[in-house]
Amino acid sequence: MTKTKHRVWKYGDKVNTDVIFPGKYTYTISGDPAALARHALEDLDPAFASNVGIGDVIVAGRNWGNGSSREQAVTCLLAAGVHAVIAASFARIYYRNAINSGLLVIECPQIVEAVATGDEIEIDLAATQLYASGRSYGFPQLPGQVLEILDAGGIIPWLRANALADKQ
Amino acid sequence: MSSITGPSGEAQSEAHWAPMTLTEKLLARASKRESVKPGEIVVVEPDVVLSHDNSAAIWEIFQQLPHGKIRRPDRLAITLDHAAPPPTAKHAQNHAQIRQLVREQGISKFYEIGRGICHQVLCEEGVIGPGFTLLGADSHSPHCGWLGAFGAGIGRSEVAALWATGELWLRVPETMRIVLTGRLKPGVTTKDLTIHMIGQLSSDGATYLAVEFAGDGISNLSPDARAVLTNMMAEMGAKNACMAPDAITWDWLESSLARSRPQDADERLATFRESALYPDADAACAVEHHVELSAIEPMVSCPHTVDNVQPLSSVAHTRVDVGFIGTCTNGRLEDIASAADIVRGKRLRRRLLVIPASSMVLRDAIEAGHIAALLDAGATIGTPGCGPCMGNHMGVLAPGEVCISSANRNFRGRMGQRDAEIYLANPAVVAASCVAGYLAHPADLAGGEQA
Ligand code: SF4
Repeated sequence: MTKTKHRVWKYGDKVNTDVIFPGKYTYTISGDPAALARHALEDLDPAFASNVGIGDVIVAGRNWGNGSSREQAVTCLLAAGVHAVIAASFARIYYRNAINSGLLVIECPQIVEAVATGDEIEIDLAATQLYASGRSYGFPQLPGQVLEILDAGGIIPWLRANALADKQ
Repeated sequence: MSSITGPSGEAQSEAHWAPMTLTEKLLARASKRESVKPGEIVVVEPDVVLSHDNSAAIWEIFQQLPHGKIRRPDRLAITLDHAAPPPTAKHAQNHAQIRQLVREQGISKFYEIGRGICHQVLCEEGVIGPGFTLLGADSHSPHCGWLGAFGAGIGRSEVAALWATGELWLRVPETMRIVLTGRLKPGVTTKDLTIHMIGQLSSDGATYLAVEFAGDGISNLSPDARAVLTNMMAEMGAKNACMAPDAITWDWLESSLARSRPQDADERLATFRESALYPDADAACAVEHHVELSAIEPMVSCPHTVDNVQPLSSVAHTRVDVGFIGTCTNGRLEDIASAADIVRGKRLRRRLLVIPASSMVLRDAIEAGHIAALLDAGATIGTPGCGPCMGNHMGVLAPGEVCISSANRNFRGRMGQRDAEIYLANPAVVAASCVAGYLAHPADLAGGEQA
């Protein structure tokens, strides 16, 4: 099966949306990827935005993304090139927003303790396995329709494709 | 959206009829079903779709869809509150785009700058009420549950999808029941109760759950105090929070509707009486907590998370530079009244910014003399709206400043500055702290602080 390789940025428990993407920018920055990427994790890790590479993943503890419903807390990571967020658990709205914006989110508490910033991990989505430092970690299969939305790149492209298909 | 169905999506008409919680009944109504069970995925048609200053961004997303027209413009409600009045030309431009959208799509439930914070305004205007369902592009959408409604927050893309189709899938949540008994002590509020609970259960204590308040302690709580309960459950990760309407709820609705929509107040009240839902007494829930209200002490959330909780007594005397009373959590009349009572006849040692949650609240506060008392003591009064709650404008913090706030979040950078600290407390504690110059309970002021 196809495994993909990624570099890890590791964070702790309860990282909230205000430190992922500050509220003061929410009505002035929304669609511009470069501006979104520039402020990603600004109040959590000032070193992140300038050093993150395309395909990197975030590994974090419990309740990633609690707080606001702002979607920029998801899209700023996509704009920065982040491939996935792997966390022990997610806040409800963040989880929905991630899928609806096409950001892969994986709940896998076991791997969190095992990796650190700079480590390499591999993701096998089809086999629902993560690999890090010679070990593998399973995660629950995402429901079919959720995968469909993720594959389409989010709820808008998915809905668009469905609406156009209905018209034919 | 209807192509998303859960495991039991087809088997909707099971013969047996289990008792249901309030949330289950609300979601059954919204999805036009006889009954629903936790874990089921249902497609709901919300009565209200809320958005605010983020409406222009949602409109941009909507335009990527082929739908062209909003399906149910009559169900949309839009307030301008998050950066109102606009602090910069860019914010003003954002508002201008929203006004254009409102005109073009014929959205009648539109509330201009100065009317107030979305959650408060929608309750006052009778847009939301008992039995209704609201999905909002705002994380404090559970707020309206104090009226016996279902409210949940969703993201901008989902709201755009809702504008297009009028429906959205939701998972029916398991319920956490919180049974309240007794009466709060003087000087203790439902803000202290929620801070206490979030401290005990943590910021993810209710993730994916519906919170349902029950017990005869509720009848000892005013409408303003009840709204704090459902509002703050967002900080525990809840999907929604609610309680059954009672005589106090109906009285509040009657008087609010008579003021906000005299032309059809009776009709609206009749609609709500018809749509109102009540939980079955024997409905099962996933978890149940019991809280004796008289056991709650004044509590504080310390920097930089809401669940970093201490009793006020153990952090008293912490220096503060500025106080903020306002927001959808604690910017109502009762909150402003309690602050005014504390500062009346005194001089503030620290800046105190007071921003009423709505124009109706501001008007009442003026009439009752609270605003005069606050001004005389040296407070600043702002335009109804969110103010500096999320760091947009009108009272943001400087590096190193310590703020005592009646808001719901104290995350790092929340009020616009990474290197500032925010403590959360009830409004009387905010006022007392601004009189004292350090974190203080009103009882600590006793006499010695007269100017
Ligand atoms: S007052 Fe604060 S928490 Fe409430 S809606 Fe406005 S920004 Fe959000």
